Amino acid sequence: MGRMSTAEPEKLVSVSNLSVHFPIHASGVVKRQIGVVKAVDGVTFDVFKGETLGMVGESGCGKSTTGLATLRLIEATGGSIHFEGRDISKLSRGKLRPIRQRMQMVYQDPYSSLNPRMKVRDIIGEPLTVHHLAGSKAEYRQRTDELLEIVGLHSYMGDRYPHEFSGGQRQRIGIARALAVNPSFIICDEPVSALDVSIQAQIINLMEDLQQEFGLSYLFVAHDLAVVQHISTRVAVMYLGKIVEIASRRDLYRNPSHPYTQALLEAVPVANPALEAERAHRIIEGEVPSPINPPSGCSFHPRCPMARAECKTVTPELKEIDSGHSVACHLFGG
Amino acid sequence: MALLEVKNLHTHFFAEGSVVKAVDGVSFDVEPGETLAIVGESGSGKSVTAMSILRLIPNPPGEIVDGEIRFEGQDILEMTDEQVQDLRGNKIAMIFQEPMTSLNPVLTVGRQIAEPIELHRQAPLDKALEMAKVLLRKVHIAEHDKRVSSYPHQLSGGMRQRVMIAMGMACEPKLIIADEPTTALDVTVQAQLLELLKELTREGHSSLILITHDLGVVARYADRIVVMYAGRIVEQGTARDIFERPHHPYTIGLMNSIPKLDQDTKEKLIPIPGAPPDLANVPEGCAFNPRCEFAVEKCRQQRPTLEPVAVGHYKACWVDVRS
Ligand SMILES: Nc1ncnc2c1ncn2[C@@H]1O[C@H](COP(=O)(O)OP(=O)(O)OP(=O)(O)O)[C@@H](O)[C@H]1O
Ligand SMILES: Nc1ncnc2c1ncn2[C@@H]1O[C@H](COP(=O)(O)OP(=O)(O)OP(=O)(O)O)[C@@H](O)[C@H]1O
Ligand code: SF4
Ligand SMILES: [Mg+2]
Ligand SMILES: [Mg+2]
Repeated sequence: MGRMSTAEPEKLVSVSNLSVHFPIHASGVVKRQIGVVKAVDGVTFDVFKGETLGMVGESGCGKSTTGLATLRLIEATGGSIHFEGRDISKLSRGKLRPIRQRMQMVYQDPYSSLNPRMKVRDIIGEPLTVHHLAGSKAEYRQRTDELLEIVGLHSYMGDRYPHEFSGGQRQRIGIARALAVNPSFIICDEPVSALDVSIQAQIINLMEDLQQEFGLSYLFVAHDLAVVQHISTRVAVMYLGKIVEIASRRDLYRNPSHPYTQALLEAVPVANPALEAERAHRIIEGEVPSPINPPSGCSFHPRCPMARAECKTVTPELKEIDSGHSVACHLFGG
Repeated sequence: MALLEVKNLHTHFFAEGSVVKAVDGVSFDVEPGETLAIVGESGSGKSVTAMSILRLIPNPPGEIVDGEIRFEGQDILEMTDEQVQDLRGNKIAMIFQEPMTSLNPVLTVGRQIAEPIELHRQAPLDKALEMAKVLLRKVHIAEHDKRVSSYPHQLSGGMRQRVMIAMGMACEPKLIIADEPTTALDVTVQAQLLELLKELTREGHSSLILITHDLGVVARYADRIVVMYAGRIVEQGTARDIFERPHHPYTIGLMNSIPKLDQDTKEKLIPIPGAPPDLANVPEGCAFNPRCEFAVEKCRQQRPTLEPVAVGHYKACWVDVRS
């Protein structure tokens, strides 16, 4: 598929060997460091212009941390981040500011991520003020009105407070705020998980429309595999701080290769009773281990039905097994 | 005879000047051994329905203002407090979403599982603790011998939920009510627990009321489905009926608006417009009418009743949307 296209897709974001290790301190008077949480541990991925990279994985595997570190909202302990061709991982705060404008974030919880004491117009307009894009009062008003309309709200709603809105409407406000500064890249961290099923489709469609209209690229983090399948161009699967598989949406769902990806896809029930009645339900045992003390070798080995001797000792590297399809697993000569 | 018959249940909450009709005329049966799923959006009255069955509605502000809830033929709403106490954790078990708030932090998990056995089975403590170990093994907790003396905070989320299930199973209940038992858990752990719950109900021939908004879970585990909207049942039928031949516009909308794992297409989702109503201010007539593309004048005036569309399949809608 990729070979058919005339031009190489253009990289917008390029994250290489990213790691975020949080120190753990002993409780007590002297906060001695007693270890580290390897929340993100050597993650490499690209986001191409106009695409959506989906990111899935179980709770605590490092999805949000990866997103935050990519935007430098938290500092990485290692690796590099290129944005629009430029290494931003070592830029000073001042130099970073104009670039920040081009990279935005939409958060999971539309209830706690909006300041309850601010009017919706000012929540949306805040990034305009921060980046000195507001100009006159009239311009500010016009731009915030426009943003409200883009996300399907009415301009008169700008004078209300967040608590007067439903969950879906609040998520629209969060999206409007992210769009205020004309970004090219938006990280969406579980943007629909807190919403009612009947509202999720409204937001997903809105995000797809905006992507078309403004040529946006998304890193879309979610745990709902059906939502990720729907919205993504490519999908990365994380387990315990690492990407274990990355492929086009089609390859990942039709030909999952890492045993963890396979287990994940088998564990998720499909909304189709006839299909469910026939499906095999192999269920992997155990829970995700702690990133404070991850298993040796491949961190999935204690739960993996295919594990062999080397899996316990050698960490598999992410290797391309097919064009655009990479897997970190010894079964594939990792 | 049905194990549980809920008839015309009305549970309302009273606040200054307003009444929230959380459950407003709900009727359904649960047959012995079956799994009934209750689905519906946030605030549609699923949990209030479940809590009404065990008379756990806080009063004030809540009150069961009308209806009958017959368990093995006896109306729970007519029972004395002692009789209801004797049902809870004995013949009817409830498993909640958040195990940390429903487990006692200062008691070992063994004690917590043993408690209902002591209470309802009049077993001495050492006997009850032995049974607790057996139950922990049954819910596949590794090193169950040691885990009886753990405290809830020493366990992972998945293990705590297993402990909740073990507590629920302690007295071999006839009916288990699981209210979003796995939403806070990871996909693979969620699958482990639902499989376990299903296995235990099969073994003990108990019935299960499974409350969830995950239509995949419903498709895998439910025999029958009740679809709620704004405190009312809008459709009811077998799982195949609801997924393959939905009749109510809300159910149809729900089915069209979710991306499906078995359908790898880039086609646009078809959302349901608008938002669910405020229950203190439910629209006249059919509560779904402001969001419904099929609505006619009658829908805005008269409340539709639940009528059969096929054997065992009911809908509350004035319009025949499938013809
Ligand atoms: N500020 C922090 N200090 C210490 N540990 C942290 C911090 N932030 C995150 N962690 C740990 O890093 C790991 C990864 O967390 P992260 O929030 O990135 O996971 P996630 O994949 O987004 O999970 P979820 O699906 O639950 O949102 C977790 O073990 C978490 O406890
Ligand atoms: N203690 C209470 N006091 C006042 N109103 C209540 C109380 N408990 C529930 N309600 C109201 O009853 C309605 C139904 O709530 P319920 O908890 O049954 O919804 P639900 O279908 O379980 O939703 P969810 O999917 O979010 O759990 C809601 O409008 C809620 O605000
Ligand atoms: S009764 Fe009318 S408004 Fe209600 S669902 Fe049916 S067609 Fe729509
Ligand atoms: Mg997260
Ligand atoms: Mg509930």
